[in-house]
Amino acid sequence: MTILQIIFYIFSAIAILSALFVVASKNPVRGALSLVLTFFAMAGVWLLLHAEFLALILVLVYVGAVMTLFLFVVMMLRVNVLSAREGFVRYLPFALLLAFMIVALTIVAIGPKQFGLTSMPAPAAEAVGYNNLADLGMVLYTHYAYPFEISAVLLLTAIVAAISLTHRKASRRKNQIVSQQIAVKRADRVKLIDMPFAKKPGESS
Amino acid sequence: MISLSDFLIVAAILFGIGVAGIIINRKNIIVLLMSIELMLLAVNTNFIAFSYFLGNNVGQLFVFFILTVAAAEAAIGLAIMMVLFRKSGTIEVNKLDLLKG
Repeated sequence: MTILQIIFYIFSAIAILSALFVVASKNPVRGALSLVLTFFAMAGVWLLLHAEFLALILVLVYVGAVMTLFLFVVMMLRVNVLSAREGFVRYLPFALLLAFMIVALTIVAIGPKQFGLTSMPAPAAEAVGYNNLADLGMVLYTHYAYPFEISAVLLLTAIVAAISLTHRKASRRKNQIVSQQIAVKRADRVKLIDMPFAKKPGESS
Repeated sequence: MISLSDFLIVAAILFGIGVAGIIINRKNIIVLLMSIELMLLAVNTNFIAFSYFLGNNVGQLFVFFILTVAAAEAAIGLAIMMVLFRKSGTIEVNKLDLLKG
């Protein structure tokens, strides 16, 4: 057993155990934190697969942005922890059965007979000056420039949608309504009244 | 050396855990969204494993795009969840029957 295999098994064990904890945890905050641990472990596995850029992106974008968003939302909502377990025992057999069937079927389909080292040998080591980031960039900005721009527009759409969904107008703020201010007439503001003369007492006419 | 099937089996187990999480958690939308993230992680691992063993970096590029779409999906999903919580005061899945479906 080489050192790479030991690292791989440690990272996968951490990932699977913390993924189980994500699903089974009572408290969503703990679930989110163990999902962070899963992401870190899978980033290690991705590093073993020589995908350095994507491993870093996984840590930066997912752990740094998406999971932080999850934690913020969990903090803002009021989650009833006690009632969150209802139906857990009831649906557990179905979930276990379905998960077992999916995993077993996939393992039969992708097992060592199909994708073992004999049928799919490990690729040779990269050249000395190989750079994963430069390699990805060469493909991304030439052949896939159009999907790249579409994904940029998609992110912009997501920003607009998220803000317009959650934005609330300030209800107690007193604002000027400019159109009404301009449309006002003199008669709305000033009223002239006729009043009869009144003489001061003791004054002779 | 680690074979391709080892990576694929780890990804399959993660995917199965994600599916089980969606079935089990009938109460909390947040855990549901986190299970979807788990399944996406498993799929991405599959892409990267095949990309490495076939010597073709287009698989890594697809993971890049999937990460982008998944980030957008998480942001909009959480925003919809905030709106739901303001309207109905709960995020339990079986109480969200506004559409009477």
